[in-house]
Amino acid sequence: MSEFGVELVDVVKQFPTPEGGKVFAVNHVSMKIKNGEFFSMLGSSGCGKTTSLRMIAGFEWPTEGEVVIAGIPQGHTPPFKRPVNTVFQSYALFQHMNVYQNVAFGLEMDRIDKKEIKNRVSKALDMVQLLGMEKRFPKQLSGGQQQRIALARAIVKTPKVLLLDEPLGALDLKLRKEMQLELKTLQQRLGITFVYVTHDQEEALTMSDRIAVMSFGKVLQTGTPVEIYERPNCKFVADFIGTSNFLHGKVISVEKDMVSVFIEEFGAEVRGLITGDISAGDSVAVSIRPEKIRLSEQSAFNQNCFEGVVSRTTYIGSDTHVYVDIKGNQIKVWEQNKISSLDPKAYYTVGQKVWLTLFMENTLVMTDN
Amino acid sequence: MLKRFRENKSFQGTILATPTLIFMIVLLIVPLILTAIISLGTRSPDGNVIYGFSLHNYARLFGINTECPTGVSLCFDPLYAQILWRSLSLAFNTTILVILMAYPLSYFIARSHPKRRNTFLFMVLVPLWTNFVIRVYAWMMLLRTQGVINGLIGWLAGILHIHFVPLEMLYTPGAVLVGMIYEFLPFMILPIFTSLEKIEASLYEAAADLGANSFRTFLRVTLPLSMPGVVAGTILVFIPVMGTFIVSDLLGGKQVILIGNLIQRQFLDARDPTFGSAASIVLMIMTLIVTYFYTRKFGFGEEIISA
Repeated sequence: MSEFGVELVDVVKQFPTPEGGKVFAVNHVSMKIKNGEFFSMLGSSGCGKTTSLRMIAGFEWPTEGEVVIAGIPQGHTPPFKRPVNTVFQSYALFQHMNVYQNVAFGLEMDRIDKKEIKNRVSKALDMVQLLGMEKRFPKQLSGGQQQRIALARAIVKTPKVLLLDEPLGALDLKLRKEMQLELKTLQQRLGITFVYVTHDQEEALTMSDRIAVMSFGKVLQTGTPVEIYERPNCKFVADFIGTSNFLHGKVISVEKDMVSVFIEEFGAEVRGLITGDISAGDSVAVSIRPEKIRLSEQSAFNQNCFEGVVSRTTYIGSDTHVYVDIKGNQIKVWEQNKISSLDPKAYYTVGQKVWLTLFMENTLVMTDN
Repeated sequence: MLKRFRENKSFQGTILATPTLIFMIVLLIVPLILTAIISLGTRSPDGNVIYGFSLHNYARLFGINTECPTGVSLCFDPLYAQILWRSLSLAFNTTILVILMAYPLSYFIARSHPKRRNTFLFMVLVPLWTNFVIRVYAWMMLLRTQGVINGLIGWLAGILHIHFVPLEMLYTPGAVLVGMIYEFLPFMILPIFTSLEKIEASLYEAAADLGANSFRTFLRVTLPLSMPGVVAGTILVFIPVMGTFIVSDLLGGKQVILIGNLIQRQFLDARDPTFGSAASIVLMIMTLIVTYFYTRKFGFGEEIISA
């Protein structure tokens, strides 16, 4: 058996536009999703993540390229012959069937023995904590419960791959957080490959083993949550995942993994870590996360150290968000409130002169896209 | 009064319903009661109603005749019972055939491109802009011995040098059935279309995802979810077919007499309003019974969706 649960091999999907043209929903995407992996496709709406998922499910067929599931190229295999099941964003529950009938539906389609169906449905309902609800109809259940039926209906068939299309999108924040944990636990228990589509970066970071960040039909970066957050390979990814400060400039020199960049905004040189393919003379973006900037009242270093004035502060409990103005550019700094104090002097105040240190290993130089 | 109107929701409802209520009471309930009273009377020799309480009109409808050959006081005459049975079975057959024809078409329209969908619906409705009677007349033109269909076949037979005797199509039960199907098809298409259109596309995808091919998806998902439309359409078709007399009058002639024709003739030709009223009441009760058992079995449909 293949090491990969799902592979997308140079997949293209075009849709006709109403004007008679063609639009690329998915533009030469390749992915290798390992067996038993929790894999997320992350991107804003229209980035091609849902279309990619639908091509794995078989609801759409690629214009070019191939979808391979468990080592078998799928070609034009219809959805009902694929070893995958889907949890739909809208749940797509059968309103005319009760909970039991909904969950049993897929097993009945496989002509499985009635007794075994009963066993497996009970097991699946137990897993999503809906035992005893068999006779209820979807309309009589809350959104969270409906979501669980959709989940039970899909996992009861023990597919090789479970596809989830923003399954938690309609739930309120608290329930969503609970379900995130539950989904992750369930995935580890079942050992099934999960392919999860979401636009919520926090959700993707919390649950995934690996994430593919997508934009305009292309995969920009694939990696673990740590890789995606700590080493984004381009400005889009750095911006989409978490918060970043961006500076722009031209590369002066490259030596091993360190780059010197002349920052236009500061009129000064900054040294940082190279990410991706960069050479001298390139226009680049320099990204630094707000929590990774050091704030001090005196200049501490000669390099990567800039003087500014606090223009705004926001106390949010665990942190204080300090906005520092450097030559007309606002830099965000998240200062952790490590010391409990009621004294206003313990915090930065507006108008105060400060020094920012951008540590080289925290300063990422990347392609400006 | 005004204060009461603002605060009392059910009072508001009563006020809003009043015009229709008055209309219905004056033009439906009162005539119905009158019809029932007349049906219990007897006909005077000059065609007037002698009020009383006699069930002989009802007995006559179900085959018990009191005007028998001399020497016999009661005899069995199945004529009217046959008419009742014919009406019932025709309405039943029409409804079944209309469902079989309307369903695939509605399905096709519901799944067609939204832009084309309105055009198709428009085409379904176009015949309704022409007068009902004129449309039945058009069928007479088609079905007559010297009509369009026989003309076409005769012309083809002439080319092929085949001897052709024109078909007797008009004034047959088949002609009435065809006419009924044609007249009432739109009333089945529209409700079925509406309920099919309401089914979310993701449900078909979910069924396919869970292993159902298109046939099983249809049986287990599409059909049950569109039943409200079939039920509504059945009610809209079955009840009028039971009562109409124009189609059978024009396309069936004297060969196919339905209860509608019977009622019409009693009032206009036979001048026996008492018997006509009795037939009307029986028609209404028959329709109510069928509708009652039908809706008890299938519901009015909507509880499936709104439970």
